[in-house]
Amino acid sequence: MNHLPLIIKREYLTKIRNKSFIIMTFLSPLIFVGIFALVAYLSSLNNDTVRNIVVLDDSGLFVDEFNNTPHLQYKILSDTAFPEAKKEAETQDIYGFLYIPKTENLDDLSKEITFYSTDSPSVSLMGDINKLLENKVNTMKLKEAGIDSETIKNLHINIRANQETFGGQETSKLGSGLKLIFGGAAGYLLFMFIIIYGNMIMRSVIEEKTSRVIEVIISSVKPRVLLLGKIFGTTLAGITQFLIWVVLILVLMTAVTSIFGIDPTAGSPTAQMVDQNVNGGTQQMMQDIMMEINNLPIANLIVMFILFFIGGYLLYASLYASVGAAVDSETDTQQFMMPILMPLILAVYVGFFTVIDNPHGMVSQVFSYIPFTSPVVMLMRIPFGVPLWQQIVSVVILFATFIGMVWFAAKIYRVGILMYGKKPTYKEIFKWLKY
Amino acid sequence: MEKLLVVNNVSKNYGNYKALNDVSIEVEKGSIFGLLGPNGAGKTTLIRIINQITMPDSGSIILDGEPLQPHHIQNIGYLPEERGLYKTMKVGEQVLYLAQLKGLTKQEAKHRLKYWFDRLEIGDWWDKKIQELSKGMAQKIQFVVTVLHNPKLLIFDEPFSGFDPINANLIKDEILKLRDDGATVIFSTHRMESVEEMCDHIALIHKSNKILDGKLVDIKRQYKNNVFEIGLSTPDHAATSALLKEKFEIFPATFKSINNELQYKVKVPDSIAINDFVNYLTSQGQLTHFVEVIPSASDIFIETIQKN
Repeated sequence: MNHLPLIIKREYLTKIRNKSFIIMTFLSPLIFVGIFALVAYLSSLNNDTVRNIVVLDDSGLFVDEFNNTPHLQYKILSDTAFPEAKKEAETQDIYGFLYIPKTENLDDLSKEITFYSTDSPSVSLMGDINKLLENKVNTMKLKEAGIDSETIKNLHINIRANQETFGGQETSKLGSGLKLIFGGAAGYLLFMFIIIYGNMIMRSVIEEKTSRVIEVIISSVKPRVLLLGKIFGTTLAGITQFLIWVVLILVLMTAVTSIFGIDPTAGSPTAQMVDQNVNGGTQQMMQDIMMEINNLPIANLIVMFILFFIGGYLLYASLYASVGAAVDSETDTQQFMMPILMPLILAVYVGFFTVIDNPHGMVSQVFSYIPFTSPVVMLMRIPFGVPLWQQIVSVVILFATFIGMVWFAAKIYRVGILMYGKKPTYKEIFKWLKY
Repeated sequence: MEKLLVVNNVSKNYGNYKALNDVSIEVEKGSIFGLLGPNGAGKTTLIRIINQITMPDSGSIILDGEPLQPHHIQNIGYLPEERGLYKTMKVGEQVLYLAQLKGLTKQEAKHRLKYWFDRLEIGDWWDKKIQELSKGMAQKIQFVVTVLHNPKLLIFDEPFSGFDPINANLIKDEILKLRDDGATVIFSTHRMESVEEMCDHIALIHKSNKILDGKLVDIKRQYKNNVFEIGLSTPDHAATSALLKEKFEIFPATFKSINNELQYKVKVPDSIAINDFVNYLTSQGQLTHFVEVIPSASDIFIETIQKN
């Protein structure tokens, strides 16, 4: 007599029929896309503003350097004394006033330039202006030293070392970037999924206790089967919601971008990185990317992604389930939340700092076997090439730990129901395991 | 009589706390067995062990001739004291779910539910959510869930709590009917009048130990101590009182009567036959009232607990 499908079905149906679940399923993508559209709209507003800057260049060295852009308009003053110019600039509706005095030599000049404004000026704008002045002064100083700009240009050499594995496979910075993006995305996705749906599992486990239906259920079903059913049912509901989100967000995003004419990829790190890496035009870039993707162990990645994602999620779900099993109501769960999140956060840290730095180092290797961190860490390592046996060992450890956790949770559950209204401590739970 | 359930020397510890100490009971087929005891005595632990919610540390349980096994949960219907239902589920799908967990097929469950819902006149609740029902209404649903799969053994823990007197009576009659149809019932309650009315056997558990066990009538016989309540009309009450006091151990008694008579409870020593005692009384005056004092379940409960 197998109750598992029955329990999974009930859990799934009650979850997805729940009003707030349905509302959140359709509202979240709307909110998400709405916020995105709002941010995009606001930043486009911001881009439309024109900053007027008044410049008084007493030194006369920089007059030709200020080029107007759509967002930045320079007004060069001449034949005006500094005090009048400053006063005039103050009364006008302008962003700022740049004053370059006349000095004996270039070294003094660097300390004398002043930018006046009503509020603190934008950091990026100041950076631009400083750079502009700096370049000019540098060139002039080099000239003073007798080196002309042509010579300097010829002296400058860019080096990009070719990367190749001993196996003769060409690697590149672009490839590493892609691997990082893949691993990072996989790890991040898992992280988000656990955070969003872990609590749902916990609440679902508490449900029987708050409604006091527990003793009836537990006299028909083994706690282990009940917990498994709850974990699977809730996970399926979570996946359903997640898929709807992905589809809705994609559809809405496309709609929004085509309506507002916003380029969603502009300014994203991916685009920037690709920009930096590509000198040979778009076509060349696409070819490079395709080649690198081909070089990735795609099949391995997909299979392992699915295995680690499922295993990692189930393991954390069973952790949440144990918390649910130990407590009587949701208010008692606070003290147990931290220990669950710690290894997850640790995994993400190890993934994003250590693995990127050294994918096959000691630390990366160790953490890719520990079941609580392996889903994130191993997923980030795999694109860099991990022997298959290591992957398999790690997956086996992961799933074994999941089974162990469910057993542990069931044990706590069985005892926890006998202790109505008692707030459990860690010590108490440890004692329960021996019952 | 054939035994449906035999509990042999069951002990259970929670850490250092002894919840059950070497408890044995035997439940006859087709009887109603009252499991009594003060709060925290260990009744619920025993019931949970029978339901295989917890395992005993030692001892064995035989159900219908076989050692208790996981598949036996289909033969047991359990209405716990702490009971509830999924609040957001509809009545119909909920009872179907719980029935399927007990091993019924969906069709079979539907069929039987129709019978029970008609019988308890709750047919129009099918599409209601539990949270819309009152406590008493929800209790009826729980009762149906408990008995739906026709279990051989029914275990009710405080089945009448939350019911108004009319519904309590209804449920009582249903339980008696189930017993008459062949089910065996274990019944745990603090309502002694229900025990008096319904139970054939009782066991009393106190501080983890079984301290009393047997047929209710046998126990009563055992606990009665030859005390009779009498009413006696005599010419001289004071003289007769003095006489009785001299001959017997007597206690004051009051009962409703239209006569102006002496009212006493008299303990008759074993050496005197009842007929001789009656003859003696009639020789003293007119006997207007003569009843043997039979201890109530409540008296037995209190007396036994206090003795221990």
